Amino acid sequence: MTGPANGHGPGERPLLTVEHLTMRFGGLVAIDDVSFQAADREITAIIGPNGAGKTTVFNCLTGFYKPTVGRLTLELEGHPPIFLERMEGFRIASRARVARTFQNIRLFPKMTLLENLVVAQHNKLMRASGYTVRGLFGFGYRQEEEKAVDRARYWLEQIGLVDRADDDADSLPYGDQRRLEIARAMCTEPVLLCLDEPAAGLNPRESADLNDLLTFIRNEHRIGILLIEHDMSVVMQISDRIVVLDYGRKISDGDPEFVRQDPAVIRAYLGEEEEEDLPDIVKQDLSTDGAGGAGALS
Amino acid sequence: MYHVAYFLDQLINGVTLGAIYGLVAIGYTMVYGIIGMINFAHGEIFMIGTFVSLIVFLLLGLAGGVWLPLAILIVLLAAMLFTAIYGWTLERVAYRRLRASPRLAALITAIGMSIFLQNYVQLLQGARNKPLPPQITGGVEVVNTTNRAGEAYAVSLSFLQILIIVLTIVLMVVFTLLITRTALGRAQRACEQDRGMAALLGINVDRTISLTFVIGASLAAVAGLIFMLRYGATDFFVGFLTGLKAFTAAVLGGIGSLPGAMLGGLLIGLIEVFFAGYFNLEYKDVATFTILVLVLIFRPTGLLGKPDIEKV
Repeated sequence: MTGPANGHGPGERPLLTVEHLTMRFGGLVAIDDVSFQAADREITAIIGPNGAGKTTVFNCLTGFYKPTVGRLTLELEGHPPIFLERMEGFRIASRARVARTFQNIRLFPKMTLLENLVVAQHNKLMRASGYTVRGLFGFGYRQEEEKAVDRARYWLEQIGLVDRADDDADSLPYGDQRRLEIARAMCTEPVLLCLDEPAAGLNPRESADLNDLLTFIRNEHRIGILLIEHDMSVVMQISDRIVVLDYGRKISDGDPEFVRQDPAVIRAYLGEEEEEDLPDIVKQDLSTDGAGGAGALS
Repeated sequence: MYHVAYFLDQLINGVTLGAIYGLVAIGYTMVYGIIGMINFAHGEIFMIGTFVSLIVFLLLGLAGGVWLPLAILIVLLAAMLFTAIYGWTLERVAYRRLRASPRLAALITAIGMSIFLQNYVQLLQGARNKPLPPQITGGVEVVNTTNRAGEAYAVSLSFLQILIIVLTIVLMVVFTLLITRTALGRAQRACEQDRGMAALLGINVDRTISLTFVIGASLAAVAGLIFMLRYGATDFFVGFLTGLKAFTAAVLGGIGSLPGAMLGGLLIGLIEVFFAGYFNLEYKDVATFTILVLVLIFRPTGLLGKPDIEKV
C-alpha cells in the first residue's frame, strides 16, 4: 500500500510512510486502517472534520500513543529505515528527528526566547559539555554553545523577533508565540516537522506570515512538513499534498486540486445533498480559493 | 560594647547554621520544582552525608596524618559521591514508578523512605551518638570585651566558620552557574515548566530528574560534612529535625525557587540562633516551626516564590 497519490505527479522521495495505522481506545476506533505517505521537501496537510483522528495520527507519530496496529516508517537517505512505533517519546525527537508543535501553545513560558531555542539543542550541548562535568569548567563547550546560540539567533531573525531575544516567552503576543514554537521545533534540526493547527487563532496577516515561514522552511531547509490545519487558506495555498480523514478513515489523498474536487471530500464536508450544513468559513474558503475548485462545489 | 559583641557572635553562628539549612533546602526545592513532590527522605540523605564524612575522616585518621586541606577535600568528594548514589537510588527505586500517581502516594512513599533510611543506618551504625574529634581549630579574634559580670568576652571567627562560609558561597555560585548557564540547567528548567514538551525536544526527562536528585543529594552531603565539622557528632536521627527545618527554609523562601531556598536557609538559621540567644534556648525549634505555620497561612508562596498558576 504505497501507491502514488491520486492525481499527483511523481513526487519527492517518501520520507514518512504510514501503513495500516489503527488506534483503538477500548471500543472506540479513533483511526481505522489509515495509510499515506509524506514526502521529503513537501508540505503534506492532514485535514478533516472535527474528531476525524488527525491529532491522534500525530500522537502516534510522536510516541504519545502506541498504535494498536500499523507501521510508521521514517526513511532517510543513506540510513536504515526507522520504525517510529517502536521508539520511546524522547528518542523520536533525538534519534528519528521528528519535531512537533501542539494545538495549544507549549513554550517554556518563564524562559527567554533565546533559551527556548537553545534548550531545543540540548542533546548536542550535553554531549559537547561532557554531560556537564566539563561544561562547568568551560572546556570545549563554549564553541558548541556559541553555535547553538547562532542557530537560535538565525531562527529569531527568520521569525522577526531577534530584538526580543532576552524577553520571557510568555510576554509575546499570541501570533509570535506560535511562530516561536515553529522556530524552536526547527532548532532540533528535524527531518520531519509536524505542526498541529499552527494557524489556529491567527489573524489573516499572521496567517500569511505563517505561510511564508512554512514555505521558506520547505524550500530552504528542505525537510518534510506534516500539517494539521482547519484554515483552508493555509492548506490550499501551501500544501503539496492533502490527506483527508473522516471518522478515522482516509477518504481522499492527493494534490490540492484533486482533493478539492473529490466527491468523497465534498460529501464529508457538505453531507449528502445538504449544502447548508457546510460551515460558512469552509464554503467561502473552498469557493474563493482558485477557480478550478470552486466549480466542483457549486 | 558587650551588646555589639554578643550580637556579632550570634550573627556568625546564625550564618553558619543557615549555610547548612540552605544547602539542604536546595534539595527540597529542586525536587519540588521538577516533579512537584516533597522528598521527605532528603533529611536522611543529609544524615547519610554526616556518616560518610565521619567514616572517611576516621579512615583517613587510621591511614596516618593526611594534610588537613587535602583530607577535607577527600571527605567532601567521598561524601558527595556516596550520598549522590543514595539520592539516585532513592529516585530510581521509590519515586519513578509513582510519578504518574496521585501526589499523596509519592508523599507517603517519601515518608516511608525516610523511616526506612533512619532504621537502616540505626541497624548498621547503632543508635549511639558518634563523635568526631575537632578537625579544624583556631580562629581570628574579632572583638574582645568584658561581659556584665566583668569577665572577658571574646568573639572570634573560627577558621572552621570561615571555611563553612567560603565553601557555601563557592558551592552556591557553582550551583547557580550550573542552573543558569549549562545545558543541564536549561533542561532542568524546561522539565519544570513542561515535561512533555521537553521530551519532545529530545531531552531525556528521566535522566534529568535523576540528575536533579544527584545534585540535591551532593549539596546535602556538603551540609552533612559542615554539620560534622561544626557539631562533632552525629546519629541516625539528625536528619529528621534538620530536614524539617530545611524544608521550613524552602517554604519560607518559596518552594520551587532556588534563590528562595538559599535565602530561606539563611533566615531560618539566623532566626533560630537569635531566638536561642535572646529569648529562650529550649524553645528555638518552636520559633522555627511557628515561622512555617505563619508562612503557610499568610504567604504560602513564600518570599520569592511565584503564585502557582493553574495550567490549562
